[in-house]
Amino acid sequence: MKRYDVIVVGAGPAGLSAAIEAAKRGLKVVVFDENSKPGGQLFKQIHKFFGSKEHRAKIRGFKIGEELLKEAEVTGVEVVLNAIVIGLFLDKEVTVNVNDEVVHYKGDAIIVATGASENMVTFDGWTLPGVIGAGAAQTMMNLHSVQPGKRILMLGSGNVGLVVSYQLLQVGCEVVAIVDAAPKIGGYGVHAAKVARCGVPFNLSHTIIKAEGDQYVTGVTIGEVDNKFNIIPGTEKHFDVDTICIAVGLSPMSQLLKMAGCNMEENPKKGGFVPVCNEYGETSIGGIFVSGDVSGIEEASSAMIEGRISGVAAAFRLGFIDKEELKAKAGELEQALLSLRQGMFGPGNKGKDITKTEEDCDVSINLLKKGYMTDEEVVKYPGVKSIKGIHAVIECSQNIPCNPCQDSCPKKCIRIGDKITALPIVDEESKCIGCGMCVASCSGQAIFLVNEDYEEGYTYVTLPYEFLPLPKKGMKGVAFDRSGQEVCDAEVVEIKSLAAFDHTNLLTIKVPKEMGMKARFFK
Amino acid sequence: MSKVNDRSRDIGEYMMRPDDDIIICRCEEITKGEIRKAVYEGMFTITEIRRYLRTGMGLCQGLTCGKLVKGIVAKELCVSPSDLEAAMSRAPMRPIEMKVLGNEKRGGE
Amino acid sequence: MRITKHPILGEVNKGPLVRFDFDGKTFEGYEGEPIAASLKAAGVMVHRHTKKDSPRGIFCAIGRCTDCVMVVDGKPNVRTCVTPLVSGMKVQTQYGVSAKKQIKL
Repeated sequence: MKRYDVIVVGAGPAGLSAAIEAAKRGLKVVVFDENSKPGGQLFKQIHKFFGSKEHRAKIRGFKIGEELLKEAEVTGVEVVLNAIVIGLFLDKEVTVNVNDEVVHYKGDAIIVATGASENMVTFDGWTLPGVIGAGAAQTMMNLHSVQPGKRILMLGSGNVGLVVSYQLLQVGCEVVAIVDAAPKIGGYGVHAAKVARCGVPFNLSHTIIKAEGDQYVTGVTIGEVDNKFNIIPGTEKHFDVDTICIAVGLSPMSQLLKMAGCNMEENPKKGGFVPVCNEYGETSIGGIFVSGDVSGIEEASSAMIEGRISGVAAAFRLGFIDKEELKAKAGELEQALLSLRQGMFGPGNKGKDITKTEEDCDVSINLLKKGYMTDEEVVKYPGVKSIKGIHAVIECSQNIPCNPCQDSCPKKCIRIGDKITALPIVDEESKCIGCGMCVASCSGQAIFLVNEDYEEGYTYVTLPYEFLPLPKKGMKGVAFDRSGQEVCDAEVVEIKSLAAFDHTNLLTIKVPKEMGMKARFFK
Repeated sequence: MSKVNDRSRDIGEYMMRPDDDIIICRCEEITKGEIRKAVYEGMFTITEIRRYLRTGMGLCQGLTCGKLVKGIVAKELCVSPSDLEAAMSRAPMRPIEMKVLGNEKRGGE
Repeated sequence: MRITKHPILGEVNKGPLVRFDFDGKTFEGYEGEPIAASLKAAGVMVHRHTKKDSPRGIFCAIGRCTDCVMVVDGKPNVRTCVTPLVSGMKVQTQYGVSAKKQIKL
C-alpha cells in the first residue's frame, strides 16, 4: 500500500490550493480527481472574478485555474486524473479506482475537496432531453465549444443562473427569459444588469409548470406563484424553447465524509449536509480536513483560501511546521476569507431583507425585481455624478467585496477605501483622461464613460462589449437602455481592444445628447 | 421520542395529488406518488425508502434524486428535511464494474 | 451548433475530424471530444430510452447523472458526456440496458 503525507480528494480550486500549500512545506502530496481534466469547475468560468487584488479580482476564472495548475506543477504536487476515490476508511485509508484497478492508499492526513452537485427542481416533463443543468450548459459552451441549444429558458436567478445566461448570449444563443420562484433576484445586481440590458426579461415569482415536447423539449409553460408557491391560475405564459436550464443551487457532495464517520450536520446556511469542522477545516476525525464547496457552498475565491488554510493546517498536524507559522499563515488567510464574506451577499446576511446600503443609500428595488435600475434610482449612487467632460459613471449599487476599479484609474478618480465592500465614489474634481481602464476592469461591467461635451448635440458613451462580431467604426445601429428597450439611434465612434483589457472591448457610441444617461447597450 | 422515529404516529391516509406522476428517481424511474405511498405504507426513514423502492440505487447512486426524496418524505411526515437521517454512504462511492472491483491490488508496493 | 470563435476564449482548436457510426448512419466529430458533444453538434437530442420507454438525453454533462448513457462499441451504460470520441466508434441508442428496442406486447 502506497503511503503519502497528504491525500487530497478533488483537484478543483480548493483541492489544488491545499495540495500546493502542503507541498510547499515539504510534504509528499497526491491529488486524486475522478475527471479527466483538473481544475473542477474553474475552467468553465470565463467571467472576471470579484474581490480585491489578493483574491485575484478581474482575472478570469480559467486563467486562475491555469495559474493554479502551474503552481501545483512547480511545487511538486502529484495529480492523478481519472482516479475515483471510492472509499474513505478508518485510519485514513482510501481505495481508488484507477486504470481498471482498485488500489489502496494511506495518508497521514486527508483533505476532502470534492465540491458540490447541482440541486434539482421537478416539473412535468423535466426528464425530457433538452432539460439540462446550468453547469451542463457551461460545460458544453466553454469546454466543448458546442451551443447547448438555440432558445433557452433559465430557471434560477442566483449568480449561476445570471452568469450562465450571459455566457449563453456570448455564444449566440437566445435566452428567452430568466425565471425564479423567489420575489427577488438572488445573484449580484451587476450580473443581472448585464443580461437585462441585452433584453432578457426577468420573471420573478414564477415557476415552470410544464416542459412540452414528445421526444425532446419544444416549449415551456411558466406560471406565477403566490407566497405559498402555489400556481395562480390564469397567469400561464408560454415560450417556444429547445432548452431549459436549471440553476437552483448547489449541495455539498459530502458522502465520503459520512462514510468515514465524521460528525455531520444538516446546515441550510452552508447548503446542506456538511461535516462539522473547526476554523482550519479539520473534521471530528483528527487528520481529516475539508475545504471548498464540500464544507459549505460559497465561491471559487473562498474555496481557494479554505484550501490553503487546510493545507497549512495539515502541515502543522504532521509536524512539518510549528504552531507560530500555523497561526501566522492561517491568520493571514482567514483575514482574506473574512473580507470576501462581507457585504450584502455574505453568508452572514443570507436570507435577510436589506433595504439600505452601508452608505445609507436605498437599495434599488427595481434591480432586485427586474434586473435593472431605473433612471431615477441610478443617480442616487456615489459612482454616478454629473461632471463636465469625459468621466466615469459607475452603476454599482450593492455592497459586495470588490475593488479593481479603484486601482485601475491612473488619475485616481475612483475611490473605495479600505473597506472593499464600499460603493465606489467618483471624484468630482477628477481629471479623467478617458483611457477606459476602469470600464475594462469592472468584473460586473457596471462602469461606463460618458462625455456630454465632446460634440454639440451628442453624448459619447463608452461601454464594455464582450460579444462577437465586434462592431466597426462608423457602423450605425440602435442603443438600448438598462431594461433592454430600444431608446435611440446610435453610431459607433470607436472600438478599442487592448491586451490590458483582457477581451473586454471598449465600444464608444454617439447618441443624441439627452440619451447619455440612458444608452447602455448597442446592437 | 422524536416525530420521525415515532411510528405509532397517525399520519393519515395516502391521498392522490396531481403531481404524483412526476418522476423523482430518474435512474430507477420512481414517481413522486410511489414515494409518498411508501411513507404511508410505513417507510419512515430514507434508508427504508431506498431499500423498498430502489430510489438512489440506480446508476447515479442518488446524486440526482437524494435531496428531492428527502424533501418529499419529510413533507409527508410533517418534519423538516434536516430532521431526517441521511441514508448510509458506503463504498464504492461511484458505480464500478465487477471486474474492476475484483482487481484489487493487494500487498505492499 | 458548433462555436468556432468565442469572444473570450478565442479561436476554437479541436483535434482531427473523424467519422463515427450512430445507429447505422455515419456522423462526423472531433477526435477526443466527448461523444455527447459530437452528437449535440449534429442535432441529436435523444441518447436513450428508459425501461419505461422515456426518452433521455444530456442532463448534467459531467458524468454524474448517467442520463446520457449509450451503447458504445457494444458496451452499454457508457457515459457519453465524459467518454472521448475515437475514429470508427459504434454508438447506438440504448433501450433499457441494451441496444435492442423493446417490443411492446
